[in-house]
Amino acid sequence: MKLIFERSREGRGTAYLPACDVPEKLPACPLREKAPRLAEVPETEVDRHYSELASQTHGVNKGFYPLGSCTMKYNPAINEYAASLPGFTDIHPLQDEDTVKGAAELAERLEKYLAEITGMDAVTLQPAAGAHGEFTGLLLIKAYHRSCGNTQRRKIIVPDSAHGTNPASAAMAGFEVVSIASDEHGCVDLDALRAAVGEDTAGLMLTNPNTVGLFDPNILEITSIVHEAGGLCYYDGANLNAVMGIVRPGDMGFDVVHVNLHKTFSTPHGGGGPGSGPVGCRQFLARFLPHTGSAESIGDVRSFMGNFLVAVKAFTYILSIGAEGVPLAASNAVLNANYMRVKLADIYPMAYDTVCMHEFVMSLEKLHHEYGVSALDVAKAMLDHGIHPPTMYFPLIVHEALMVEPTETETKETLDEAVEILRGIYDAAVSDPASMHEMPLNTSVRRLDEVGAARNPVVRYQF
Amino acid sequence: MNGYIPNTSDEQREMLRQSGFSSFDDLYRDVPESVRLKGLLDLPEAMSELEVRRELERLASENTVYKHIFRGAGAYRHYIPAIVDEVTGKEEFRTAYTPYQAEISQGVLQSIFEYQTDICELTGLEAANASVYDGACAAAEACEMCRDRKRSRVLVSSAVDPKIISVVRTYSFGRDTEVTLIPEKDGATDLEALKEALSEDVACVLMQQPNFYGSIEDMQAACTLAHEAGAKFVASVNPVSLAVLQSPGEYGADVAVGDGQPLGIPLSWGGPYVGFMAASEKMMRKLPGRIVGQTKDCDGRRAFVLTLQAREQHIRREKASSNICSNEALCAMRTAVYLAAMGPEGLRQAALQSSSKAHYLQEQLEAAGFKKAFEGREFFHEFVTESDRSAELLAALKSDGILGGLPLDERRILWCATEMNTRDEIEKVAAIAKEVSRS
Repeated sequence: MKLIFERSREGRGTAYLPACDVPEKLPACPLREKAPRLAEVPETEVDRHYSELASQTHGVNKGFYPLGSCTMKYNPAINEYAASLPGFTDIHPLQDEDTVKGAAELAERLEKYLAEITGMDAVTLQPAAGAHGEFTGLLLIKAYHRSCGNTQRRKIIVPDSAHGTNPASAAMAGFEVVSIASDEHGCVDLDALRAAVGEDTAGLMLTNPNTVGLFDPNILEITSIVHEAGGLCYYDGANLNAVMGIVRPGDMGFDVVHVNLHKTFSTPHGGGGPGSGPVGCRQFLARFLPHTGSAESIGDVRSFMGNFLVAVKAFTYILSIGAEGVPLAASNAVLNANYMRVKLADIYPMAYDTVCMHEFVMSLEKLHHEYGVSALDVAKAMLDHGIHPPTMYFPLIVHEALMVEPTETETKETLDEAVEILRGIYDAAVSDPASMHEMPLNTSVRRLDEVGAARNPVVRYQF
Repeated sequence: MNGYIPNTSDEQREMLRQSGFSSFDDLYRDVPESVRLKGLLDLPEAMSELEVRRELERLASENTVYKHIFRGAGAYRHYIPAIVDEVTGKEEFRTAYTPYQAEISQGVLQSIFEYQTDICELTGLEAANASVYDGACAAAEACEMCRDRKRSRVLVSSAVDPKIISVVRTYSFGRDTEVTLIPEKDGATDLEALKEALSEDVACVLMQQPNFYGSIEDMQAACTLAHEAGAKFVASVNPVSLAVLQSPGEYGADVAVGDGQPLGIPLSWGGPYVGFMAASEKMMRKLPGRIVGQTKDCDGRRAFVLTLQAREQHIRREKASSNICSNEALCAMRTAVYLAAMGPEGLRQAALQSSSKAHYLQEQLEAAGFKKAFEGREFFHEFVTESDRSAELLAALKSDGILGGLPLDERRILWCATEMNTRDEIEKVAAIAKEVSRS
C-alpha cells in the first residue's frame, strides 16, 4: 500500500489553527533553509490511510495473541475511558501539588497496591518499561553496595534462560554478567549458582516462573544462597501474571522487583509501547529510589513521574478485579496454559513435560529433524488462521522453541480452536513438508527478505 | 467481578479435569507451601464498572485543568487535531505488541517507517529509530552512542533542561562514566568555557536548542568546536521549533534527540511521551532500540520489517547497544498522525504562532514591570523574567485560573506561550502583572 508521502500533493492539507492574533515574530537567528518534507494530505486521506494500516495489524482485541513472555491479555475498555478523562490528560506535570491531588492520590494508591502484590516496602512508578525497570533496580543494587563500601561487588548472575534484557540491563548498570547454565529441568542449577557466588557478587536476576514456564521449586534456597554470599536478589516481573495473589516475590526472598503494567495489569501494548515498569524494593533500598529528592537517590531515570496514563489504566484494572480477582486471574492463566499444553503434548514435544505456569515451551526439534519443518514454518502457518504465533526461538536453551502464553482472558473455545489449528498444521507438516516453507499464503504480505533489509538498510522514505 | 475471566466455574473445573489436575492448588504444586499466601492480599474489593467509573471520575475531578497555561519547561500544550485521538484509538494499533511477525503487522511497521521519515526530515539527519521512552532518555542514550574506549567523558551544557541532565547523570552512573557541566552565561552556554573543557577524552557535547531558558544557542559554533576537538555533537531539540529553526543536520550535529510530546501528545501529568532519536548515516548502527526497514516479500511486494536487530538485547544480550525492548510506539504514531494532519504549513503555523505569542507576552510583561532576565538573548517560545514580585504574580494568576510560568527561584519565572494562548489571554496576564507591580 501507499506511504503517506506517496498520497501527498503540494498545497493540500487541512487548516486547524486560527489566524495569528498578534504580530508575527521569529527569533533573529539562523532559520532552516529547507522546509521538512512532511506529507501534504487532507484529513480524509489521513483517516483512510490509517484505516488501511489498521486493517493490516493484528491486536489482541482483534484476535488470539498467545505470544509467550508478553502476557497479551484483553485490554478492558474502561481502562481507556479512565485514561481519557481531561482531569488526567490535561494536567501539566509541573503544576502545584495542591492542584493535582487526585492524580497524586491515584499514584500513591497504585504504589501501595503494587507493593502489596509484590511484597515490597516501597515502589517507584518512574520507569517507563520492563527493561527500564531492570536498569533502575540494578542501579539500586549498585548504589547499595557502594554505600556499604563494597565496590568489588561487580558481578550480576543471570541464568542462560533469561530474557535478553537482563544481561543488557546489567551491562548498562556497569556490571559484569555471569551467565549460569540451567539444570536439566530448565531451572537454576544450584551447584552452578553456589560455584558462581562470592565476594564479587552484586546480585542475581531471576524471573520465577522462569522463561521455560516453570516455577522453580528451589526458589527459597536460591535466594538464600545469594544472600549468604552478600548479594541481592532481583525479580524480573515479566512472568508475575502466573503467581500474583498466590505467592509474592518478597516472600520468595527477592529484594528488588519490577512489574510490567502492560503485561500483568492489562494496559495495552500499543504496537511496542508505551508500557510502564514500576520498581519495588525493600525498605533498606528505598533511599536510593529515583525521583524522591533523597540525597542518596540514583537520580531520575526519565523526566517527570513516569507513564502516568498507563498507571491510570493499571489502577483501574486493579480496582475492577479487586483482591479476589488478582489470584483468580493468575490461576486461570495457569489453567489455560496447562489445558493447551496437555492437548498438544502428544504431537508437539514439550521442552519440559510437567505442570507449567502461565506459559509452556514446545520444542519442534524432532519435526525439524525428521521433516525439515522448523518452528518458524509452524509459526508462519498460524498466520493464515488469524492467530498471532507464539514467541519463536526463545528461550535460547530450547532448540526450535515455540513459547505459548494464552492468558486468562481467553475462552475455552478459543483455546480449543487454537489447538485444532496447531494439530492441523502438524498434520500438514508431516504429509506435505515442502508446502510449509511457503506459508503464509493469505496475509497482506508474505515472508520477507530480512537479510536484504539488514544488508542494505532503507530506514526512511526516499523522496 | 470475574477478573475478565470468561470461562465459568464449571468450565474451569472441566478444564482442570481434562488437564489431569484435581484443583487449582494442584497447579501450584511447585510453589513451596511456606510462602504460599494463605488469604487475600490487602487490596480493595472488586468494584463494578459503574463504581470504578465513579471513583476514577472523582479522582480526575480533584485535579485542576487550567484553561490558560503559560508553563512549558519540557511539557508543552499545543493544539491536537481531533483526528489524532480518532486514529490512535483504533484497537488494532492500541492492542498490538512489537511487530515481530511482519506479515500481520504491516500497519504498525509502516507507521513506524513513516514516523522515522518524519523525524529524519525534521532533524535533517539520515536515520531515526522507532522511539525511546522520552526526550531525557533519548539524550542519555545519545551520549552512550558517542562513547568509546578512548572517549568516555560527556560535556553537558548547564543550560540543558535539569531533568535531562539528571537522567544523563543517572545513565552515566550506570556506565561509570563522567559528566562535566559546562557553565552558562546570561542564559546560554558559555562557549569559551566549552572550548576549554574539550579534550581528547571527550566523547560528545550535549546542548539544547532552544535551551531550558528558551534562549537560542549558537549551535553552529558549538558544533564546530566539538568537531575540531574530535568529539561528537548531540543536539536536544524541540520538534515544533524545527519547522522554522535551523535543523541539527544543517549545523552538523551527529545525533539529534528530543521529546515528541509537543507533536500531538497531551500533557498527561508527564507521560507517556516519546523520545525521538536521529543520527547521521555513519552512526545509524549505534542507535538503540527498534528500527524499521524497507524490504520485499517473496512475491516482490514492498514490505517493512524490524531490521538491524544485531544491535539489540534479544540477540546481543550484554553486548547490545541498549537494553530497550518496549518503546513508545503508540506515542510515536501520535506524532506521525499529528504531522500528517498538520502538514508542513500547519506545523510552521504552530511554530510561528508560538514564537509570536511568546514575544508578545514578553513585551507585555516587560511593560508591566517584569523584566526579561537575559537581555539581548533571542528566544523561541519560552523566556525568563526577573522581578521581586514573581511569587505574587503567580499566586494572582492562579486565583484567576491561569497557570503562570514556572518559578525558577524567588525572582525568576520561565514563561511559555503556544498557539493555544490568545491575545486576550496574554493581555489579561499583563493586566494582572501590572496590578501586582503597582500594589
